[in-house]
Amino acid sequence: MEISVVQIVLIFIVSCISGMGSVLDEFQTHRPLVACTLVGLILGDVTTGIIIGGTLEMIALGWMNIGAAQSPDSALASVVSTILVIAGHQSIGAGIAVAMPLAVAGQMLTVFARTITVFFQHKADQYALAGNLTGIDVCHILALFIQALRVSIPAVLVAIFIGTSVVQTMLGAIPPVITGGLQVAGGFIVVVGYAMVINMMQAKYLMPFFFLGFVLAAFTSFNLIAFGVIGAVIAIIYIQLNPKYNVASAPALAGAQAASAADNDLDDDLDA
Amino acid sequence: MTSQDVRLKKSDLFNMFIRSNLHQGSWNYERMQALGYCFMMVPIIKRLYQGDEKVKAMKRHLEFFNTQPFVTAPILGVTAAMEEERAKGAQIDDTAINGIKVGLMGPLAGVGDPIFWGTLRPLVAALGASVALTGSIAGPLLFFVLFNVVRLAVRWYGIEYGYVKGLNVVKDMAGNKLQKLTEGASILGLFVMGALVCKWTTINIPVVILSITMADGKIITTTIQDIFNQLIPGLVPLILTFICMNLLKKKISAIWLIFGLFAIGIVGFALGILK
Repeated sequence: MEISVVQIVLIFIVSCISGMGSVLDEFQTHRPLVACTLVGLILGDVTTGIIIGGTLEMIALGWMNIGAAQSPDSALASVVSTILVIAGHQSIGAGIAVAMPLAVAGQMLTVFARTITVFFQHKADQYALAGNLTGIDVCHILALFIQALRVSIPAVLVAIFIGTSVVQTMLGAIPPVITGGLQVAGGFIVVVGYAMVINMMQAKYLMPFFFLGFVLAAFTSFNLIAFGVIGAVIAIIYIQLNPKYNVASAPALAGAQAASAADNDLDDDLDA
Repeated sequence: MTSQDVRLKKSDLFNMFIRSNLHQGSWNYERMQALGYCFMMVPIIKRLYQGDEKVKAMKRHLEFFNTQPFVTAPILGVTAAMEEERAKGAQIDDTAINGIKVGLMGPLAGVGDPIFWGTLRPLVAALGASVALTGSIAGPLLFFVLFNVVRLAVRWYGIEYGYVKGLNVVKDMAGNKLQKLTEGASILGLFVMGALVCKWTTINIPVVILSITMADGKIITTTIQDIFNQLIPGLVPLILTFICMNLLKKKISAIWLIFGLFAIGIVGFALGILK
């Protein structure tokens, strides 16, 4: 599919917004659900965009920046893989497969952008000495713009070359065993994201709640909203009844400590 | 220091709130969110200081800073209140203001990371994604609206709370309110993760291990997947999740795990073990 000039301009804008979203982490425009949907809208197949977004979102569920650690980059992965699937006529499985190396490339690019931003930090120090508040604004916004470009430049390049016959032939040459296998893997690759989220909680003594959720899901047909409500209710009851938060009675406290020690032992056994 | 009647206006705090949506824009490896913090303080500094005091204030807020972005809101409120006091002539020095920033950013990151990145976002994202997989625009919209409503509320009320309470925020932090919130969020997050591992993963092992020909000529086959489904549905994803958790703890990067699972998928598909 040939991409028109208007579409390329729109892809540039959306990928700028997505790139800024990835460093800001505020509006979540870098998340696949948002970025893939917008690119799908531009390319005239919003439904496919939404489905790729949903698929990638589940895989990227645990991708988060904590402290100074950078996660794989969902912005570049989402934008470019959606272009490949819709304009390059690829399967969603192939799109996901391409998204992963793109996430690594995007991660390297954001590390690079965050390194050269040190320059603006120093420039801001000089403006501070001069008492120039506008200078602070300029430094901050320019740094943000670098993050916009680091996604939009690769995205626009892909959008320009996707229509060429060379790229189309290359994409067509992927054997079906690979795309089929990737489609299959897409179904269970999400566990990596789940594992990242669980690890990040770092609360072994709360793992019984994980198993409760698992077993309830295995033997009921509740949807996610039901699980959200049940989970919230359990959390509130746990907090209300937990003797740790009702320090008044000492015997109760001792009992709780014994109980939580027992929980830990149990978890250790399960993990082993 | 000249004492004068300088006050912050509500519009200054609102300006700070708007700017706080760009908090991490200049995140860098030297001082992380330092420039971003100064950027958010610009309306406050502009209102309160002139000349030499202004330079001092700008330098003060270009010091190292890093925390979970949304929980910066109360810290912004507190520092705005402190700067206002200082501008009025109170004896608050640079170290006091930076001390409170550094003192709050660690504990608040410890609360913000599990609540926002560990619970809220995975929850609304999984909810949005499960709707999106049916091709409905409601999925992305649900995610975008729910997340941002909570986020903007935290940002605005956080600033207001910090500004009104001032240094008393530290007292609030010492109580167990935040601990309750973190623990509750972790319970909710883990509970939903359990459900996701079980139901929102697809793995099918169609290897036939038993084939019985009935009297009427029908052939009934039992695959490995059938046996798993009879025992505990979702047992394979559960085992996979625990393997991933252990490998992640051993500092193996998530991307390598994803590539590894891709390889398993391709090999399994080629051999007919996975479908």
